[in-house]
Amino acid sequence: MNPMLRRLLAHRGALLGIAYIVLLAAAAIFAHLILPSDPLAQDLANTLDPPSAAHWFGTDELGRDLMTRAIYGARTSLITALGAVIIAGLIGVPIGLVAGFFGGWRDAVLMRLVDVLLALPGILFAMALIAVLGRSQFASLLAVGITGIPSFARITRAQVLSLRQRDFVTAVEALGGSSTYTMFTTVLPNAWSPILVQVVILSAVAILLEAALSFLGVGIPPPTPSWGDMLRTGKGFLYEAPYYAVLPGIVLTLTILSLDTLGRTLSRLIEDRQSAEDGP
Amino acid sequence: MAVPVVSVRGLEVTFVGAGRPLTAVRGISFDVAAGEVLGIVGESGSGKSVTSLALTGLLGPNARVRGQISLAGIDVIAADAETLRLMRGRDVGMVFQDPATTLNPVFPVGRQITEGQIAHGTLRPERAPARAAALLREVDVPDPAARISQFPHQFSGGMRQRAVIAMAMAGHPRLIIADEPTTALDVTVQAQVLAVLARRQRETKAAVILITHDLGVIAEVADRVAVMYAGRIVETGPVAEIFRAPRHPYTAALLRSLPRIDADEARLSTIPGQPPHLGRLAGGCSFRPRCPLGQARDICASDPPEHDGVACHFPGEALATLPRPAPSKKPEAQTGSPLLEVADLRVEFPIRTGLLRRQSGTVRAVSGVSLSVWPGETLGLVGESGCGKTTTGRAIMGLIRPTSGSIRFAGQEIGGLPRGAMRRLRRDMQYVFQDPYSSLNPIRTAGEIVAEPLRIHGLHAEMGGDAYVAGLFDRVGLPRATMSRFPREFSGGQRQRIGIARALALQPKLLILDEPVAALDVSIQAQIVNLLKDLQRELGLAYIFIAHDLAVVHHIADRVAVMYLGRIVEESDKATLYARPLHPYTRSLLSAVPLPDPAARGGGRRIILEGDIPSPARPPSGCAFHPRCFRASPLCATDVPAFAAHATLPSLVACHHPMEAAP
Repeated sequence: MNPMLRRLLAHRGALLGIAYIVLLAAAAIFAHLILPSDPLAQDLANTLDPPSAAHWFGTDELGRDLMTRAIYGARTSLITALGAVIIAGLIGVPIGLVAGFFGGWRDAVLMRLVDVLLALPGILFAMALIAVLGRSQFASLLAVGITGIPSFARITRAQVLSLRQRDFVTAVEALGGSSTYTMFTTVLPNAWSPILVQVVILSAVAILLEAALSFLGVGIPPPTPSWGDMLRTGKGFLYEAPYYAVLPGIVLTLTILSLDTLGRTLSRLIEDRQSAEDGP
Repeated sequence: MAVPVVSVRGLEVTFVGAGRPLTAVRGISFDVAAGEVLGIVGESGSGKSVTSLALTGLLGPNARVRGQISLAGIDVIAADAETLRLMRGRDVGMVFQDPATTLNPVFPVGRQITEGQIAHGTLRPERAPARAAALLREVDVPDPAARISQFPHQFSGGMRQRAVIAMAMAGHPRLIIADEPTTALDVTVQAQVLAVLARRQRETKAAVILITHDLGVIAEVADRVAVMYAGRIVETGPVAEIFRAPRHPYTAALLRSLPRIDADEARLSTIPGQPPHLGRLAGGCSFRPRCPLGQARDICASDPPEHDGVACHFPGEALATLPRPAPSKKPEAQTGSPLLEVADLRVEFPIRTGLLRRQSGTVRAVSGVSLSVWPGETLGLVGESGCGKTTTGRAIMGLIRPTSGSIRFAGQEIGGLPRGAMRRLRRDMQYVFQDPYSSLNPIRTAGEIVAEPLRIHGLHAEMGGDAYVAGLFDRVGLPRATMSRFPREFSGGQRQRIGIARALALQPKLLILDEPVAALDVSIQAQIVNLLKDLQRELGLAYIFIAHDLAVVHHIADRVAVMYLGRIVEESDKATLYARPLHPYTRSLLSAVPLPDPAARGGGRRIILEGDIPSPARPPSGCAFHPRCFRASPLCATDVPAFAAHATLPSLVACHHPMEAAP
């Protein structure tokens, strides 16, 4: 992993992306320590103030500090991303592993289920699930996580299928290793790299989907700050206070851009390493 | 000598890029005249392929080329891209190793053969089909008029390589560069292709540069040889002279390390060590670290030897100092009961086609194989690609489920064994894979890989833990310090040693060796073969040695079984089988092996088989070999011959008309 990390950091785009994400995450985690104001504290004397020294992003229609809300919004987004990736990974990776390793009827049954999930439009499915469970942080991340299962399952399965053909996997079987042993100690540790790329990509997708749900008004219930909700409210004040929607929008765009650059660089590095390994 | 077609002086190729520049070719000079075949021989990394790319100006932008190359009057190094492009189509034809990737899969073969000539304006498009057919006829492709509109996937491997030769010859080039032209082909097909290449070369009077690692092919085809080592030519000369009296110690050692079907020796002499890494060459002679002559001599360490036919400070001493291998001892007679008995083993794979995956046919990979292996002996299982030898090995190992038949190991039927008993049995039977690059888990250290069987069976502590694993490293000749390294840090031969150590960990009684040396360089091959022989003697192992290389099998096996299309066609002890082959297939297989001895060239020794190996999905009726057989009668097309003992020889043969006369 170390030489991989070094090469990743040598790439300027990826380095910027990592720096941005780390900064954002740190700000979100320590928001209550570094920010002077409460994201919910209203100041009705100063509503819709433009950006100033006191309020870098300006204030909203209730006089709340927009930068504080944007950073607390990052908390919401990152928790959703993390939770969604964990759910999608914990369900999708084992599905792909079993389907690819055993093949046959297990493969057919599992992958048809995944196809069904894939056929449902993500946002509609998420809205339906939230309609049943009610609006909450958990409902959003569960909904986003479930829509991420197919990509994990398919990527893992493809990787496992190609590893299955390699002699070192056959070698473990020839030594008398059980299927469970072979799957978890030989196949899975060799399959992690495309899964890692998928983790990064799904994080971006999850943040975007969460923002979309909040924008549509079915995401996390107010007054908890969330980027999608800020965009939705800010859209009503586009003439009086354009910064209201634009600044959180920029934060969101930069987040997606960073994750995307990181994901693409990672997958290219993995390809390079793969082709270097395949050649004798 | 007339003006040479190619003249190379002081060629140096350096690759620049990330890291330190790497010099792959370090100052070589040679000439090739019209009508002459120059063989360039060397192991991987010796710079032979880079040389051929430099000749045609096909090296990438990261290559720095110095020296002089004059090809058909063109200064290749100074020429611009357009001059080189014209030269490649007109003056040079190229034949590459893998015919499967040389031809473009989406265009008909005929169109590709004449493409170059049309582009160069030497052939009018309307005349192209006739020309393509004529060219295919010249390389012995049957029914050329129909073949020109077919696509590469409709051609077999040997047929494709002939099409590539036809393409290379299409523009009547003055030079043909053939880079490992037969390495990807089976031995009977290789014989056909070499014959075609040699005949076309004589007919067109072209100069040929033949690049190969196979000394047998060189002895068969070349007029002169250049032996390359670490980017230099270490010895050049007429082929007969080099093979009879090599003057450079590397050439001599290389020839000695070859297993041969026409000699019988107990041990191959080996070249110690590994081919050098080009980035880490010591000063002086680059062969010194592996050389028996230069070890103790200062001049070899300080001065690189000048090349004057041979690049050595002490030419000619080579032969005298190398020990002659001792002839092998007679194998002991088989005693007791066999360790492994396979009876009528069949493995069939369904072919499923269409949307509903309906079974539309059956591939009979193995159709009725019976064999026995006694403790401590080696059974060689020989055959060409697709004959089912690997499938047989894997079925015995339990990696593929047999369709029918019985496999008894140490008297116990293992077909229907429950998992637990099968697991116990695996400890006695182990497998070594062909490809040392894919058979080791890339994310585990060598020590972990060798210890893995012990951990799987929960025997790690019982067998002695790390000390036992270290002992296995000693046994296969790997330094203990390498235990913590990852597979990518090892060379091919060292990886194969790791694979062997892993197979030995559980102290098995039988090893199934699936082409264990096929992916290795000649000098490394000999090291591994000797290791296997030593291990067998010390540990009393039985081997099933699966291979396509008859010379290697001749060297290591006690008994040999020859497979063709899923069946064993002949089985006998080694001496009898090689001296008095009964089955026509065995006979032609043996005759097709190129001997590393130019004196044995020609002489009507060779039987060249017609056609290619049929698909095991549609095996011919009767005797599967009859369409290619030179002794076939109408009976052969209808009746499957029984696999029966021969009247006088200790052989089993499946043939209606076995050969009688000693060859």
